[in-house]
Amino acid sequence: MINAVGRELPEKIGDYIVKPYAGAKETIDAEKTVASRRKPSKRAVNGTKLMPDLKEAIKKTGLRDGMTISFHHCFREGDYIIGLVLSAIKELGIKGLRFAPSAVVNIKNPSIVDFVKDGTINRIQASGIRGELGDAVVEGLELAEPVILRPHGARPHTIETGDLSIDVAFIGASAADDFGNCTGQVGPNACGSLGYSFIDATCAENVVVITDNLVPYPCVPISISQMYVDYVVKVDQIGDSAKIGAGAARRTKNPRDLLIAQRAADVMAASRLFKDGYSFQTGAGAISIACTDFLAEHTEKAGIVASYALGGMTANIVEMHKKGLVNTLLCSQSFDAVAARAIVENPNIIEIDNSMYANMFNKSCALDKLNFGVLGALEIDVDFNINILTGSNGEMMSGIGGGPDVADGADISIVTLPIVRGRIPSVVDRVFTCCTPGSSVAVVVTEAGIALNPKHKSYEMLKEDLQKAGIKTVSIEELLKIAYSLTGVPKPIETTDKITCIVEYRDGTVIDVIREIKRD
Amino acid sequence: MQTAKLKRTSLYVSGASPINMIQAAFYNEDCLVYDLEDSVPNSEKDDARLVVYNTVRYHRPANKYVIIRVNGIYSEYIDEDLEAAVRANPDAIRIPKVEYKEEVIRICQRITEIEKAAGMQVGKIEVWCNIESYLGLINAYEIATADERVVALALGAEDFTASMKSHRTKEGLEIFYARNALLTACRHAGVEAIDAVFSDINDLEGLKEDTALTRNLGFDGKTCVHPRQIDVVNSFFTPSKKEIKYALRVLQAVEEGKKQKKGAVTLDGSMIDKPMELRARTTLAQAEAAGINVEEELL
Amino acid sequence: MEIKQAAMVGTLESSDIQISISPNPSKGISIELQSVVKAQFGDAIVATMTEVLESFGIKDAIVNAVDRGALEWIIRARMQSACCKATGTRFDWKGEDK
Repeated sequence: MINAVGRELPEKIGDYIVKPYAGAKETIDAEKTVASRRKPSKRAVNGTKLMPDLKEAIKKTGLRDGMTISFHHCFREGDYIIGLVLSAIKELGIKGLRFAPSAVVNIKNPSIVDFVKDGTINRIQASGIRGELGDAVVEGLELAEPVILRPHGARPHTIETGDLSIDVAFIGASAADDFGNCTGQVGPNACGSLGYSFIDATCAENVVVITDNLVPYPCVPISISQMYVDYVVKVDQIGDSAKIGAGAARRTKNPRDLLIAQRAADVMAASRLFKDGYSFQTGAGAISIACTDFLAEHTEKAGIVASYALGGMTANIVEMHKKGLVNTLLCSQSFDAVAARAIVENPNIIEIDNSMYANMFNKSCALDKLNFGVLGALEIDVDFNINILTGSNGEMMSGIGGGPDVADGADISIVTLPIVRGRIPSVVDRVFTCCTPGSSVAVVVTEAGIALNPKHKSYEMLKEDLQKAGIKTVSIEELLKIAYSLTGVPKPIETTDKITCIVEYRDGTVIDVIREIKRD
Repeated sequence: MQTAKLKRTSLYVSGASPINMIQAAFYNEDCLVYDLEDSVPNSEKDDARLVVYNTVRYHRPANKYVIIRVNGIYSEYIDEDLEAAVRANPDAIRIPKVEYKEEVIRICQRITEIEKAAGMQVGKIEVWCNIESYLGLINAYEIATADERVVALALGAEDFTASMKSHRTKEGLEIFYARNALLTACRHAGVEAIDAVFSDINDLEGLKEDTALTRNLGFDGKTCVHPRQIDVVNSFFTPSKKEIKYALRVLQAVEEGKKQKKGAVTLDGSMIDKPMELRARTTLAQAEAAGINVEEELL
Repeated sequence: MEIKQAAMVGTLESSDIQISISPNPSKGISIELQSVVKAQFGDAIVATMTEVLESFGIKDAIVNAVDRGALEWIIRARMQSACCKATGTRFDWKGEDK
């Protein structure tokens, strides 16, 4: 069958029944109770939940072959927790687990691929599997079922429907007490918001908090409450603080990226929605960070104040807040050390649940009020569909992240990307992997021009506003022509019939699949 | 309405850097100068010449006034640079360190010979002369009028101040005379005057002050050494409402004169000459480039 | 034309290509290409290099290229430089007038 973005999909992939992406938002069965595996059980023994080591804790949870384990990726590339836990599980001889972290970033030591090869893990679900694992998967790494990739907003929903049912959630925290109250906001390895973990804490059958910074009861602040936590383990190191805080907002010097960022900010400032109380999400890529700075300049010049910034926070968004240019930061993730530590110091920088941020099936999510969302992308096609996952050789470059959620939620979604990267065109006639449907993309900004999507709900308004501001636009076809005139038309990537990844949309339907790359 | 080709900003990009050359096509500069001279090490002159030739001849960026800066008139590279640059068919060839009109005449003759040999339209390629020494400055008017091809003189402040034994400062008092002298020569010759670069690419405030002077003195444009400087410099060449209105009136008078087949056209009691008309067209082109709807200004 | 000496041009910067040419007497053309875009543009890059070799009338050469995503005409220009250097000749500008 063919879904609403023209992707060929099978009816079933193993046991997975494919619900094709249908374009409009799916209606939810409001009668169904939210699924949680949490059980009423007393865990504190002799006034503590502290276990002597990871293995003891794992044994206590009753983890067995074939169960599902989860993690958050708030420590990014500095994470030691996943490696420590998987090593302990492997030593206990438990096999065939379903590995369901919020995302896999590029963690190398130990290698997650090795845990797949030795049978500890045989299924994977995440928002992304960037790095060695992703590359191995698209090259045909043997798993019991294809990897399911879904945006940040879809994960909590899938957990609440019971489709992703977590047996044991392992939650790394930079500070915790012996009853399991914990946070990522303080301690030597602070990572900031633990936004991705709230859903795991409330819905998993077992919750194990892992810290290297055991503090006297009660831990302050309390991000995740003791009422959800079964066991606490202290380890030597939960992560590499240099890598946890890496990517601190250093403004790019690349004039091309600055130009794109400037133009994206100009588009926002030209919009009639850019007024006192506007809201935005910019993100953490080089262009996004620079765009935040230009947006701050526009805001200051216009003498207005934004009501809130949403999602992943960076040092320069915190700076905007301190300058009084944005009232509140709703922080589901902290992208650098400055943003990580800013939450405790500033009452209006608030740690929020990732589900509150992006889950469209909540009674409401913060994205529903968002004016401007700035997104990165690897490729965009003439239908404005976005690929954020796979590179020009079909390799796994990134995770889906919250992009599809932001594009759909924001009044005006702006995709920023260079028209070519080396000889790789970024505007193409058809993206290799569709992650975000073009219907939710309002504008694409490149150094070679700005294109509006005539099919987007904000088109007429935006067209008028940009004209008024003297900002010139071109058609997406024109951008495609420019890209191909520079690079030539690329040869399509050849694949086998084997599906390695299922790409879900924020409503839980299948927007695309990734097939195994054919190599000579 | 015919639009004049703007020359507010000229961005230098090194022929030794393919990545910078490709990206340079997308900034907002009016003129893109592919450089074979100072930014290219001697060991890479032949390589850069071929890269620039292939780029300009076969993949010339759209909507830019394309210039190739060749190596010095007395260098070992100039002959082959001209063979390549002429065949690449840019809008202009920029000649460094011009000091005498005879140099211009010789180069222009050579351009004509190559145009003929290559079966190209003769005389279409324009010439910019960089004035980079006191001698060049003294002879500026003669240089500007040496050949029909010469359409602009550009001040090169670093070499000029070296030739003068003066010290380069941010405020630029040491080149104040040179700027005025160059402008005077250009105005008298009817060619455009391009101001020197502001070298500190990290000092945007300094650039603003410097460009304000550029504009107030009367220059038609400024050379840029970094893409970050372009938007700042362009913004100083945004004409005021008053200037736009005046330009529109000049052109209306010219149109009216054409209709009535008048030889001389006057406005407010003064005669409108060719340079005035050109200036009016440039003003409107600058307004349009700055996103101003000129028709609305009429109301 | 004959390859008289080994020659190398270009850099390993992004969007550039480094090409080495060396003699391969009576053994034909051998092209070895490393490229970050080999899957999508490998054939096109080899075709460009072959075309330039033919335009120089070079029948025997070993060509090693390390491509960092150079565009077609940059590859052409680098190849032309490499051929000039390896054959010890100046570029034939008049040949461009056809």
